Amino acid sequence: MDRVEILKTYKIYIGGAFPRTESGRYYVPVHGNKQLGNICLSSRKDFRNAVVAARSACGKWSGKSAANRSQVMYRIAEILEGRKSQFVQELQFQGSTKSKAEQEVHASIDRLIYYAGWCDKFSQVFSSVNPVASAHFNFTAPEPMGVISICAPEDSGLLGLVDAVAPVLAGGNTCVALASEGMPLCAITFAEVLNASDVPGGTVNILTGKRTELLEHMASHMDVNGFLYCGSDEEEIRKVQSLAVENLKRVSISTSEKLLSSERQNPYCIEDFVEMKTTWHPIEIISGSGSGY
Amino acid sequence: MGNKNKFSDFRVTARIDQVGIGDRIARIRSRSIKKEAKLQGLKMILNMIDLTTLEGADTTGKVQQLCNKAKFLHASNPELPTVAAVCVYPNFVSQAKKELEKTRIKVASVATAFPAGQSSMEVKIKDTKLAVDGGADEVDMVISRGRFHQGEYSYVYDEIAAVKEACGKARLKVILETGELGSLDKVRRASDIAIYAGADFIKTSTGKIKPAATLPVTCVMLEAIRDYFYETGSMVGMKPAGGISNAKLALQYLMLVKETLGNGWLSNEWFRYGASSLANDVLMQIEKQRTGIYQSKDYFSKD
Repeated sequence: MDRVEILKTYKIYIGGAFPRTESGRYYVPVHGNKQLGNICLSSRKDFRNAVVAARSACGKWSGKSAANRSQVMYRIAEILEGRKSQFVQELQFQGSTKSKAEQEVHASIDRLIYYAGWCDKFSQVFSSVNPVASAHFNFTAPEPMGVISICAPEDSGLLGLVDAVAPVLAGGNTCVALASEGMPLCAITFAEVLNASDVPGGTVNILTGKRTELLEHMASHMDVNGFLYCGSDEEEIRKVQSLAVENLKRVSISTSEKLLSSERQNPYCIEDFVEMKTTWHPIEIISGSGSGY
Repeated sequence: MGNKNKFSDFRVTARIDQVGIGDRIARIRSRSIKKEAKLQGLKMILNMIDLTTLEGADTTGKVQQLCNKAKFLHASNPELPTVAAVCVYPNFVSQAKKELEKTRIKVASVATAFPAGQSSMEVKIKDTKLAVDGGADEVDMVISRGRFHQGEYSYVYDEIAAVKEACGKARLKVILETGELGSLDKVRRASDIAIYAGADFIKTSTGKIKPAATLPVTCVMLEAIRDYFYETGSMVGMKPAGGISNAKLALQYLMLVKETLGNGWLSNEWFRYGASSLANDVLMQIEKQRTGIYQSKDYFSKD
């Protein structure tokens, strides 16, 4: 007798667990005449819960040593490598060709490795020792910004999300990402990869649903410190920028046109989501030895 | 409060249906309050909070800060009610009393060798007097759990009655420390002892032991209060304390009170929350209702 295949339920990822949306709603993304599945239509309360999870994970993630963060990100790439075929299948199911899908998965793994490498290096590059005219040792170093809202690109199911999340993580931030509305499958499967990769629960939270519903809350939430918008809808961008003013969120806009290019592998993507802290440290005899800080 | 004759044997207090309580709490948990009712509930909760600091590391500075927080919960919204009381250790009572002069905020003090309660009757009475002489409006005492477990219910009863007498005009809250009692049957028994011995309030926990306040335990205690009210016509207050840190949970407690005891108990004269971080969460929810924007702790003063 033929086996009846078990269909996978795609749920959302909050605080290291896979709950259904609290709203109980779902939507059915369609590709061609194919239904992709019943996908959680997340509500603003799911977003709120995810921000609470992300906030409480802040200490755990940013408190890790940079080298350890690097190892954990490398681990994500390892696990993704091991589950390549599943992602390729899902991408094909969502309308990609086999070679395009493979290319996308490989690029995603490489991007994770790239940013894993930067975890314990970007701080040296972006820090500075500043000349000042008083008896102070004055230096500037980056610190994680905190909780970042991410609107992942609409037209790339996996690479778009990885490309957005990796630099944010490398900087020591936690995030709440909204997956592509039309191609959400890989995002949730990627959440399973994260869950198996020593990433503390709550560090990355992934929601599925409609941008039109959630964008406003993602941009206005007072406990979110930064916003990464992927896309080019002028109206949405204006909306995000004006709502972000309330608590002076950093807003970064990323157009997803060149996702596969090496331009997207760039430490300045990490710099977008760090805060620079300058410290004035009193020193004793500055001129005695003729030293000049 | 001379009902001792009526209830001479506390070994035969009502038995609790654990499964039934569980079901009832599950139903309460699955409900949610929205919009205007929620806002009204949140404001009511604010007005029922005993803002508490009971740490070994408490300083006069910390107490002053706490009193300021009690007076001015959130500067940008002056229409908010104040909290009901601040709750401190006895040695800070006179300071707190002074800080809160000319306000309606009461000063509560823990006493009787809080939190363990392992001391002699004399020391406990002296501790209570220290709080009352400092000007405490309310005294939170702990029962002797050890004696209770040994079956010396009369000792526990007499101790509460003696402390009640030492309180004078101050209202007495009796902490059962339900986390150390073991079963709901025992919670009910301790509630009955406290109520019949003259408690003005019964309170779940010190906040030092986990589990602290839970909905099932509170439900059992509310039922004890209800039964006493039916029996005698006198009201007794309720104060869940410890572990209630978010507004949603606090609203569920409010539902439980309303549906077990009725509207008569829905004021800070008869119902209180013992909490330190609840106030800010409630404030954040109120601001969310007012502005439509989710709030952050960064913009609310720590107490």
